[in-house]
Parts: sequence; structure tokens; C-alpha cells
Amino acid sequence: MAQDTTFTEEQAAPERAVEHDVDDPRRAKRFLFLRNGKALTGLGILLFFGILAVVGPWIAPYDPNQVSADLLQPPSWSHWLGTDHTGRDILSQIVVGTRGVLVVGLIAGVSATVLGVIVGVTAGFIGGMGDETLSALSNVFLVIPQLPLIIIIAGQLPTAGGVTVALVIGITGWAWGARVMRAQTLSLRKRDFVEAARANGERTWRLVLAEVLPNLTAIIAAGFVGTVTFAVMSQVTLAFIGITPVSDWNWGTILFWAQNNLALQRGAWWWFVPAGLCIALLGMALTLVNFGIDEFVNPRLRSTGMNARLLRRRRIRPRIGFTPVLRTPPDGRPDVGTTARTTRKERS
Amino acid sequence: MRFAVRRTIFYLITAWAAVTINFLIPRLMPGDPVTALMGRMQGRIDSNAEESIRVLFGLDTGASVWQQYVDYWGLLLRGDLGLSFTFFPTPVSEIVQQALPWTIGLVGVATIISFTLGTGIGVAIGWRRGTWADALLPITTFFSAVPYFWLGLIAITVFSVTLGWFPSSGSYDRGLVPTWSWEFVGSVIYYGFLPALTVVLSSIAGWILGMRNMLVTVSSEDYVTVAHAKGLPERRVMVGYAARNAILPQVSNFALSLGFVVGGTLIMEMVFSYQGIGYTLFQAVNTQDYPLMQGCFLVITLAVLGANIIADFVYAALDPRARQEG
Repeated sequence: MAQDTTFTEEQAAPERAVEHDVDDPRRAKRFLFLRNGKALTGLGILLFFGILAVVGPWIAPYDPNQVSADLLQPPSWSHWLGTDHTGRDILSQIVVGTRGVLVVGLIAGVSATVLGVIVGVTAGFIGGMGDETLSALSNVFLVIPQLPLIIIIAGQLPTAGGVTVALVIGITGWAWGARVMRAQTLSLRKRDFVEAARANGERTWRLVLAEVLPNLTAIIAAGFVGTVTFAVMSQVTLAFIGITPVSDWNWGTILFWAQNNLALQRGAWWWFVPAGLCIALLGMALTLVNFGIDEFVNPRLRSTGMNARLLRRRRIRPRIGFTPVLRTPPDGRPDVGTTARTTRKERS
Repeated sequence: MRFAVRRTIFYLITAWAAVTINFLIPRLMPGDPVTALMGRMQGRIDSNAEESIRVLFGLDTGASVWQQYVDYWGLLLRGDLGLSFTFFPTPVSEIVQQALPWTIGLVGVATIISFTLGTGIGVAIGWRRGTWADALLPITTFFSAVPYFWLGLIAITVFSVTLGWFPSSGSYDRGLVPTWSWEFVGSVIYYGFLPALTVVLSSIAGWILGMRNMLVTVSSEDYVTVAHAKGLPERRVMVGYAARNAILPQVSNFALSLGFVVGGTLIMEMVFSYQGIGYTLFQAVNTQDYPLMQGCFLVITLAVLGANIIADFVYAALDPRARQEG
């Protein structure tokens, strides 16, 4: 949640007026997001975990709580990812635990984003004293370290189940989104189209809902993805340090058992490596989706998001002070359009 | 000047909010775990200490909430955070005082290394974008997506269990007496190496990415083109013109992400049993030592606030615009 959301206020400046020369700009835009390799990879991984979360309990080969005689077995054909100290199947634990991770991520992400949008857009739109108060509030929440706060709240709750933890994360994690949202709303508030709607006598709630909010979609999406990442990490961390009930399976619970039963010292890598890789994979998928959104919004990042080979194939030589912006003509063949600053002499 | 005043007021408000949150949390919780604990400790807590725990956790049902709040502030201003249940009868403030330097040392060193290195790499990648250097990005993304504690687990497996190069837990050789001798300092560095390494690995990606993206944005500014056109050496344009301007958002991000890094470091301490605030908090949570939990949270928050103030004033010193906007 911290700095890897690359929207600083400076960058959030809208620079999206690039691909208007295509027939149907809306359609082209939608495909642009899907054409982005990073976003597509990320969405693919998310879809995989999503399906796993839904069907997990049915396809798991064993009951994750079922104790067996195969104590601490390395991966084999009967237990693909081995077993733990009481002979429980680790693959089943991971498969069953997926749901817990995703549900908490989703609930926390939604609640934090809703709070962030309400506070941020309100602050940016009303201005004045209300803005000052709301900004101060979100800055206070930004400065107070979230993880310790979540730990002490969850640690004092008698029953800190998944949904409770998700709500705690949501309530403590909205501030970043609110800050970005406020900055963007401020820049939108005085735009001509909003002024025009206001001059037409539209009511405030309509101005906000129909004029401002649609233009914040990308930022809201980025904030949502960022919060989900943070929520997943926090929840797994809480489970790992044993604050949430250890009977709820999620990836952190597996790591909790592994750490407490000396999996490291016993060299039982199959116990803690797969769960961690799942977390990393999910986190990476979310980050990739966020990159996709960033590049979708900021064309400068989009062209730099292409890899070296792609650039060479399109005969673009990456140079400083030169931002290639690609246009795709209707026949689908990429064509190199350039920004103005290309006339610098080559140097050694 | 106006800037300084404004920021000071903001930090006072934040400190007040942190203390108030700390006051409210135990009172808003359903159930009454502290009473149960007090019952268990019956007779072992002297009446004076019992009184301060009652005030800290709002067991004084007789007094009004406002009266409780005033008493609470009174206790805090005297530095009284109650007694720890786990390390009975040590006062919480004493435990926290012993743990804090370790955390500050670990977070401080790791964050400075991570920030410097990450910003440097970010400049290099941003300047050579579209070349092989871009391949570093997915790798760093992976490291930032991995939870801190898991990276710690892997580091322990590889470097201490398998290779045996570094100790897997603790913060210095228990056979040594803590003094400012070379031997002891060496031992602290040796024990701190793995925790610091893992913190750096997991936090560096954010700095690299932030710096790279800023540099990409800045390097198409006119003044960079002008610097090139004047025929200045590549290096000078990169460092003196592009990077110098791109670094400002990094500094302001530094303040914002500090809480995050500190949170991660606390978890790392739990993994490595490093005797800082994070490990103390971990013990407190596991033994349901509520006074210690509250005390740790308060101290962590105030420490992060302090670091934020420093970052803020560094930013103001670097960027005249920040001072004017106030």
C-alpha cells in the first residue's frame, strides 16, 4: 500500500487524451487495457485463484484437518506437497485456504475503497473547512502505522474471525486512497465540464456522481487493487503471528504451524515454501494489474512499459527526452507516432 | 516559518489522535479480558499499580469517561504505562525503553540502505529504459509482493540452517556483555545482518519503482533537453538535472511509507526473535499482555511520528515550494 502505488499527486495529472483519433475511443480504450501484457497476466492469475477459492473445498484431495500416519512426509504422489507434523495434507490446506485469503482481501478492499472515495471526494469537492478537517483526518491515519494498529485491535478482540479482520483492515486502511482521490477531485472540480453541469443547475450529488466519479474510475481501481494487496498481506501476517484463530485455514495459518513446529530447522521446505509462493504470486498479480492501470492512465509509462525487444521491433530507440507514443490505426498495424522532442543529436 | 507552525500543529493533532485511539481501543472492545487477567493476578499486584492498570484500561466504572481520559493523560505524562503481566512486575515503560533502541537501529540502518540503494538503482534503470535494465523490474516486483516474514523464513532456511553462515535468532552473542567494545558491536552487526538484509530486499522495490517512474517523467522535461543540447556530459545531466528533480517525490513518499516499513520490520523481528519492539509486541499478543500491547503501540506510533517530522523538514529544506505552500 505504501509507495508501490505509483500515483503520486504529481503523476496523477490526467494525460489520457492520446488515443482519440481511433474510430470508437471507448472501445479502443477498453481493448488497450486488455492488450497490456502485464494487466492480462495479472488478471489471469487472479482468475485462477478466484476459481480455486470457489471450488477449493470440493477439489481438495483431503480434508485439511484430517490427521494421518504420514508425519512430515516430503512431496510424493499421494501427497503432492507433502504433509505436516500431524500428517495433514499441505496441498489441501493451501487449496482450502485460498477462499479465506480472497474473501478477506475483497471485503477489506471494498470497505476501504468506499470509505476512501467518500472521504476523498467529499474533501476535494466541498473545499474549505470541511476539506481541511477531512484531509487532516486522513493524514493522521496515514501517519499512524497500520500494522501495529491492526495487531492491537485484532489482538484484543475476543473472536477475530476473517470478516472482523477484514473490517478492521478496511477501517484503518482507507487513508491513502482518500488522499489520492482528494488530489484528483481538486483538479477535476474546476474543469469546464463540471462548471458547465453546475451552470446547468445540476444538483451537487449529481455533479459528484455523474461528472466527477466516472473520471476517477482508474484511480479508484488502482486504489482498490492496492488495498486488496495490503489486506491480503496484513491478514496473512496476522494469521502467521497467531492472532486470528488457527482453525481458519488460510495461507498464513499454514506458515504459523510451520514456524511453530520448527519446519525451518527440520528442513521441511515443502511446508512453508508453497504457501509463501502463493502469497507472492497473488501479490504479484495484483501489482501487475496496478501497473496495467498506471500505464493505461499515464501514456509516458505505457510506452516505457514495452520491453526492449518490442521497442526495437517497432524501430524505436529509447532515448532520454523522447517518449514514443504509439498509435494504432484501424487496420491494427502499429504505427509509430512520436512526440515532438526527437531532434536531439545523438551523443556518445 | 508558517510552514513549521502548520506542521507542528498537525503533528500535535496526530499525537493526540494516537493517544486517544490508544485510550479508546480497550474501552470499545466487547468483553473484558483485562478483568479476568486481574482476577488471575489477584494479590500479586500492589494497589498502586493496580490503580494505574484500572485507569489505562477503563476498569473504573465509577468514573465518567471524561474523568478516565484526564486520568489517562495524567498517567502518560508521568511516563506510567502500567505493569506488564508477562514480565511481572516490570513496568511497561522500562521494557519498551530497552527494546526501542534495537528497533530504531534495525529500521534506521535498513531503511537508509534501502532508500539510498533503491533510489540509485531507480535512476540507473530509468535512465537506461528500454534496455536490459528493465528486466530488473519484474524481479523487484516479486520481492515486494512477498510478505516480509516469509522472506525472513527463507533467509533463515538458506543462510542459517543450510549454509550456517548467520545465526537464525537473537540480536547479539549472549556470551558478551553489552558495551561499546569492538567485539560486541561486531556481534550486533553479525546478528543483525540477516534481518536487515530481508528488510532491505522487501522494501527496495518500492524505491526503485518510484524513482524510475519519476525519472521517466522528469527526463522528458525541457530543462533536461536543454542540458543535453548544451553538451553537458551524460552523467552530469542524469545526476544534476534529472535525478535531482525526480528525488523530491521520493522524499515525500519516504515519510508516508515509513509506517509501512516499520510494520514490516516489526514482523521481521518476530521471525528472527530480535529483541526489539516488534518482538515485544509479539510476546505481548501471545500472552495477552494488554498493558504491554498498548504501550508498544503508543511508542511505535510516536517514533514513526518523530521520523515523519524529520522527513518533513528535510523535504522543506530541499524544496522551496513546500515551504511556500505551507
